[in-house]
Amino acid sequence: MTNVETGRPSVGDCVVRKSFPPITRHLLALYCGASGDHNPIHVDIDFAKKAGFPDVFAHGMLAMAYLGQALTDGVKASLVLSFSTRFASITPVGAKLTCEGHVTEFLQHAGRECMKLALSAKDEAGDVKLAGEAIVALN
Amino acid sequence: MVDRSAIGRVLPSVKARVEPGRLRYFLKTIGECNPIYHDPEAARKEGYSGLAVPPTYSFCLEMLDADQPFAMLTELDIDLGRVLHGEQGFAYYAPMLVDDCLTFQPEVTDIADKKGGALTMVAIRTKVTNQRGVHVADLTRTIVVRN
Repeated sequence: MTNVETGRPSVGDCVVRKSFPPITRHLLALYCGASGDHNPIHVDIDFAKKAGFPDVFAHGMLAMAYLGQALTDGVKASLVLSFSTRFASITPVGAKLTCEGHVTEFLQHAGRECMKLALSAKDEAGDVKLAGEAIVALN
Repeated sequence: MVDRSAIGRVLPSVKARVEPGRLRYFLKTIGECNPIYHDPEAARKEGYSGLAVPPTYSFCLEMLDADQPFAMLTELDIDLGRVLHGEQGFAYYAPMLVDDCLTFQPEVTDIADKKGGALTMVAIRTKVTNQRGVHVADLTRTIVVRN
């Protein structure tokens, strides 16, 4: 719950939450051009199969772009001091990601009062695709 | 397998301009509607002196303007079909804005074998400076190589 006097969230609060449409092959092609990441493994099924995968799969950075979008919808972008993630598992075509962020602690960082968020991107089955964190200044 | 002697190697730098047109293509692709990326007035109200860029966009700029987007893999003799992105981090020190000219300077910071040599983790840190020489961000990535 946000503290009424300080306007601050509390540890455990969900301050980031956004769901995204299913990842299509078309989206992967667009993201390939938009991001400059032309690795054929994300758009060329022949290449993906030769590399030992059953199909193309999403760029990790597309999922992270969604996580970042959810993050800066939930908190002011100008207050985000760091943002990181581990790519826990491959995001397949068709996955519907939901991104969330919960407050885990309050801390000092670079001389500023901050909160740390635990971030995740999960698919519709609840499988964790991205597990990350962000440090966000309080003002 | 990647040779550990590459730790400390400085990789080719990349200069990239934050062009509004290709930023709009990125925003449209990911369905990003936050006004601070579209409307200079909204960006100003949040304290930016120009249009802001989304938190992961600097990673894209480095690839968009590289002569060879996978040069860092080629330099380390890593096959593109055998890599996965393991981790990615961003530390932000000052705003990156539309029309900025950014310089990306990557350096190999660690190479470690995992799972008895089945995987090699390559860590690369990229320092980002703007046209005024201000250190605006650090990008850290871990590439997983399937040996």
